Amino acid sequence: MNYLIGLLSVVFFILAISVIAKSMKLNKNLAEGEDESTPLDSSNNSNAYGMLIFWLLGTVAGVWSFLHSLPDFLPEAASKHGIDTDKMFWVSMAVVTFAFFATNTLLLFFAFKYRYNKNRKATFYPVNHKLELIWTVIPAVVMAILVFTGWRTWRDITSQAPSDAVVIEITGHQFGWYVRYAGNDDNQLGNQNYKLIDETNSVGIDFTDKNSFDDFTATELHIPKGKPVLLKIKAQDVLHSVYLPYQRVKMDAVPGMPTKFWFTPTISTDEMRAKLNNKDFNFKLNCTEICGRGHFGMAITVFVDEPADYKKWCAEQKPFLATNPSYLEKVPANLKAKASKYIPAEPIATDSTATAAAL
Amino acid sequence: MSTATTHAEEVHAHAHDHEHEHHEPNFIQKYIFSEDHKTIAKQYLIMGILWAFVGGSLSILFRLQLGFPEMQLDWLRPILGEWIDESGKLDKEFYLALVTMHGTIMVFFVLTAGLSGTFSNFLIPLQIGARDMASGFINMLSFWFFFLSSAVMFSSLFLETGPASGGWVIYPPLSALPQAMPGSGLGMTLWLTAMAFFIVSSLMGGINYICTIINLRTRGMTFTKMPLTIWSFFFTAILGLLSFPVLLSAALLLIFDRSFGTSFYLSEIYIQGQALPNMGGSPILYQHLFWFLGHPEVYIVLLPALGMTSEIIATNARKPIFGYRAMIGSMMGITVLAFIVWAHHMFVTGMNPFLGSVFMFLTLIIAVPSAVKAFNYITTLWKGNLIFTPAMLFSIGLVSLFISGGVTGIILGNSALDINLHDTYFVVAHFHLVMGSASFFGLMAGVYHWYPKMFGRMMNKTLGYIHFWATFVGVYCVFFPMHYTGIAGFPRRYYSFTALGNGREEAFTDLNMFISIAAILTFSAQAIFFWNFFYSIFKGKKATQNPWNSTTLEWTTPVEVGHGNWPGEIPAVYRWPYDYSKPGAESDFIPQNVPYSATPESNLPEENEEIANEKAIESLLAAQNESYNR
Ligand code: HEM
Ligand SMILES: [Cu+2]
Ligand SMILES: [Cu+2]
Repeated sequence: MNYLIGLLSVVFFILAISVIAKSMKLNKNLAEGEDESTPLDSSNNSNAYGMLIFWLLGTVAGVWSFLHSLPDFLPEAASKHGIDTDKMFWVSMAVVTFAFFATNTLLLFFAFKYRYNKNRKATFYPVNHKLELIWTVIPAVVMAILVFTGWRTWRDITSQAPSDAVVIEITGHQFGWYVRYAGNDDNQLGNQNYKLIDETNSVGIDFTDKNSFDDFTATELHIPKGKPVLLKIKAQDVLHSVYLPYQRVKMDAVPGMPTKFWFTPTISTDEMRAKLNNKDFNFKLNCTEICGRGHFGMAITVFVDEPADYKKWCAEQKPFLATNPSYLEKVPANLKAKASKYIPAEPIATDSTATAAAL
Repeated sequence: MSTATTHAEEVHAHAHDHEHEHHEPNFIQKYIFSEDHKTIAKQYLIMGILWAFVGGSLSILFRLQLGFPEMQLDWLRPILGEWIDESGKLDKEFYLALVTMHGTIMVFFVLTAGLSGTFSNFLIPLQIGARDMASGFINMLSFWFFFLSSAVMFSSLFLETGPASGGWVIYPPLSALPQAMPGSGLGMTLWLTAMAFFIVSSLMGGINYICTIINLRTRGMTFTKMPLTIWSFFFTAILGLLSFPVLLSAALLLIFDRSFGTSFYLSEIYIQGQALPNMGGSPILYQHLFWFLGHPEVYIVLLPALGMTSEIIATNARKPIFGYRAMIGSMMGITVLAFIVWAHHMFVTGMNPFLGSVFMFLTLIIAVPSAVKAFNYITTLWKGNLIFTPAMLFSIGLVSLFISGGVTGIILGNSALDINLHDTYFVVAHFHLVMGSASFFGLMAGVYHWYPKMFGRMMNKTLGYIHFWATFVGVYCVFFPMHYTGIAGFPRRYYSFTALGNGREEAFTDLNMFISIAAILTFSAQAIFFWNFFYSIFKGKKATQNPWNSTTLEWTTPVEVGHGNWPGEIPAVYRWPYDYSKPGAESDFIPQNVPYSATPESNLPEENEEIANEKAIESLLAAQNESYNR
């Protein structure tokens, strides 16, 4: 760090000194009556060399800082589409870095090379259609290729989720996430309505729908490795955005408009821990749409389990109805029998700790 | 001196008596409620500079939090009061308020009003040869609406519940529901009021710019002889005129939702233990409306900067701008395309993915005219004879920043890649370079270049050089590393990065500290400019009539430009604005008002043919004078 600050100060310092030194000379020259017919002054060459120095130091600093940050970028993508988009990202990055470097080099180098010289006259060169055509067509072609590959990937990512996808509902609120699973019996999320939300039923599960009976909620996101996962994304109050940085997943959560994103996780939490040699590593779900004072802390932990472990974990979860039998009241008469199956035989006192934690 | 200027003077000598009768304006008419475009321009400029310091200071405050999360900020309590909490930290809501106000101020108040307001007003009449704007009165109103807007926006900084805090894009429902955050209360009301005034102001300005350019060009100033600056102001005004009303309607609907119980943007909301009755609205609708302005807005900010740069680079390279017509064409292309790319800001909002594909195609098309512009600037430098005035340095800086920020647009415009990068620091890096810094450099270049015309005095060049180098190095140090945190997945509008976990915050602690230090240094370096600007108004070296040996009409006015701009007749225009270093010519520049018949030694064959038209151009004089006496 000290090294960095040092570098910065040095750059500032050198430039300031050199400019001041040159301008001192300028003032002397002025006193001796410089040619007033042009705005030229004796700093012209220093400024030209400045361009060269800037190019040199900029290149060194750019390369060094990139290499320095490289190990801290997001690790290898942990989802199928993420591997594709990462590859495309680095290819595009290479293309634009080349363009960036080449054009900046020309710019700064020309600025240096064609600095004022009183023995030379600028070339009157107002137009060259061939040249213009070339540099219109080249970017257009490069762009077309990039767009086309991008479009194909985008199309695949946003295509219909496979019918066997694990469906999970995730609801953003100020300031946290509720997760609801489709349950162990039907893999179908029951209906939900914001008017049914109360302190216990924090996502407003609708118990007139029989698909809700086996739904269970959790405070962390568990997903199976290698299986397509469909996130059904909702928001209760303001916009939020689901961001799984390691899986390269992002989709806004919009009140009144459910959104979705499906993907296939490819690396389990344990594998990632081994890869990164970090026992404490955990995948995360963050919020990337400004939502208020707690926005920056709106995160939950994501576990990518081996399919068998995922099954086991799911089996251990109790349906919402089982932990909160009082909601049996809301079930219409004709479905009561079906719903009662989920109520523990010996009615226990209403235990809402599981959902209370989710609040 | 050169033959060119002698001819220029001859043209002046032809002047007939100027038939205006003026009353000497009193102090208030002259400096406050002035209808003179030059005064209005200076008013805009000074407001813009003051706003830039406010907007910049806000960013330094939140950079302190980001760079030094552990730092005790008790010493700021005298200024910020309650916004520093008991533990000596910046309040979390206030952090968002700072970010929001910073963005709003920079985009609208500094780089729209301060840049386009200043230079469109100042340069349009001077460069096209008009005595003033089409309507001086509306022009004056335009400034005072801006002033009113500024006053309202500024006062919102002092509210107890804080100013608007939902980001500069103020997405509802966050901005619609006062219970969602305190800043969405009175602060948001003031924000919306201020922006409504602002839009009125910029519409009045824009209409004026367009009318003036279409109607008041001097004789001989055909569209294809207009300087690129004027072309850029023209396109900018069109962009503003067509897109700002859409922002106004977005804001109006938001006002209805906030105050009159409508549900344009609100649906199925449960907040603070309460289910709201609103049904059927769509937050996405707001985003479409907002970005329909929002994207053109980035070009509203950028085009004037590019236009002025064209002028400055040609002048100081002593060489015609390369590809004059391609430059106009690409600006025209950008203007049209700017209206049909807005949804690239919305790839992951849940918008139909097919729309996403369409907008990806359109977005990457707009990169082509932008690339053409960059190549043209570079080619203009090639084999030039470069004089590095501070304005020239800032212009070269602009081109560099425009490229550096522009290339990442190709990545962000790719919807598949935007999934991971959207709303991360990669975006912050991208738009600060291409829009923030590039336009800011354009503003600076413009000030240094036209200062002698504005104030009749020169700014100190040495201070200008130091200012440039400190800012150029500084801006790269601040914004370039933000790409890295972006690639590392750091979201924007985050008060702190602790919740990312896995040691990611710690990995970039140093980098964030570095960025903050660079930001503070860069910001401090602007004091050099501040001093130079205000000091030189009173004590600067007296300017000469045409200090940069430039060809455009503003330099044919006297050093102290009076009301009506030219004491005699308005000069006629015979040639394009870029006759620099023309082969055969004695001087290395030939002003636009020098007829071809006076320069047989340097005329190209097709230009000799134009000599025949000169009579016709001159004969328009009577009609032109007539139009001012109506
Ligand atoms: C002093 C120089 C500047 C610094 C250090 C700076 C820094 C920043 C940073 C770090 C953010 C992101 C904050 C966050 O997301 O938490 C930000 C946001 C922003 N900045 Fe700047 N900036 C500067 C100048 C400018 C300029 C000249 C513009 C003009 C375009 C600008 C426009 C914006 C906008 C539009 C936002 C987004 C605000 C939002 O998220 O609502 N900034 N700035
Ligand atoms: Cu959030
Ligand atoms: Cu855009």
